[in-house]
Amino acid sequence: MNKQGNTYTILYSAVMVVVVAAILAIASVSLRPLQQENIRVDKMMQILSSVHIASTAHDAVSLYDKYITDSYVVDAAGNTTKADAFGIDVAAEVKRDAAERRLPVFVCTLDNGDVKYILPLYGAGLWGPIWGYISVDADGRTLYGSYFAHQGETPGLGAEIGSAAFQEQFAGKQLFVDGEFKPVAVMKKGQKPLDGADYVDAISGGTITSKGVQSMISDCLLPYESFLKSLDK
Amino acid sequence: MIWKNKEVLLGPLSKNNPVIVQILGICSALAVTSKLEPACVMAVSVIAVVALSNVIISLLRNTIPNSIRIIVQLVVVASLVIIVDQLLKAFAYEVSKQLSVFVGLIITNCIVMGRLEAYALSHNPWDSFLDGIGNGIGYGIILVIVAFFRELLGSGTLFGYHVIPQVFYQWGYENNGLMILPPMALITVACIIWVHRSRNKELQEK
Repeated sequence: MNKQGNTYTILYSAVMVVVVAAILAIASVSLRPLQQENIRVDKMMQILSSVHIASTAHDAVSLYDKYITDSYVVDAAGNTTKADAFGIDVAAEVKRDAAERRLPVFVCTLDNGDVKYILPLYGAGLWGPIWGYISVDADGRTLYGSYFAHQGETPGLGAEIGSAAFQEQFAGKQLFVDGEFKPVAVMKKGQKPLDGADYVDAISGGTITSKGVQSMISDCLLPYESFLKSLDK
Repeated sequence: MIWKNKEVLLGPLSKNNPVIVQILGICSALAVTSKLEPACVMAVSVIAVVALSNVIISLLRNTIPNSIRIIVQLVVVASLVIIVDQLLKAFAYEVSKQLSVFVGLIITNCIVMGRLEAYALSHNPWDSFLDGIGNGIGYGIILVIVAFFRELLGSGTLFGYHVIPQVFYQWGYENNGLMILPPMALITVACIIWVHRSRNKELQEK
């Protein structure tokens, strides 16, 4: 058969496409359960990381069961409902109006009996989505820890939001200023927010990602205002 | 025969280096070299992808119709990268999280297509495999050298560990933030090319 002819070329590309599609489909379908499980374990590790509990893929499930003692869903008015908080897709929730969102809360009880509330975050960085978890003390005012991750921010610049140095800044920051709810701001070094909110230093060279973190925090935490206020009795 | 193979494998490390002599793959050298760790991950991935796709194309080389050979190469490279990514997601999730940003960069890396077109289409699988390994390493070396200087001078760290003593900072030493920004990757590559050409006179243009 003439290898440079049209018939051969068309047949060749048709067979190639079918073979490649079959291989990719088989790989995708057969590996999906394992991948889903990895994603689930990874989510547990992220949640634990926001309360300063380091875990590995091996012990994440048992540590999660041990420390995360409760989880429920609240709405913007502060009403609590029992539901599968872990299964809620935060990425889909943030697209809805603040009043309609289902807001997951994970309750963590530490070894010394302290209770922390973990709230998920989701937003946009420079190149793609960024997300994280932020933990709040039992009084609903003081941040205890944070965890941020990203899909594809620039290594060394925006990707530094995933570093411990950036995340540790959040511990101890206040969410309420004079009784008013003002989520923590992310400011360029040396600057302060005009409204008096508590703030952390941005990443130099990662301006857009830092701004993304800032808007993610305010956008995702504002609907929790009633819930956080109800904690402080 | 042995000498010929050696040249195939070792040539791309210096005299025929894909980055500093052929000036290929510059875009990813810019993107992933602000830290050593991603640079190493990227280097290993590119070595694996160039070697494997070279072998596959070399095995198919007598069947590929000339008019669609670029498309066939692209399909092979893209599916290979996606399958590797899927496998990593299932069996080495941590590595795949690190790779996320590079998957697209590997597919579009000009070195991969360049080697398929220039070498694998006309050589046997074993030679092509060595050629892929050699070019991958040649690319990786440059990446690691650039990342070493950028991370050391830009952040004062290597692999995330602080190596510049704290006293230096007390004496007034400052990390050079410019090193982390993309332009310094190109300037560092240019410096490597400068040093390399001054040591290899035959590479200098008249």
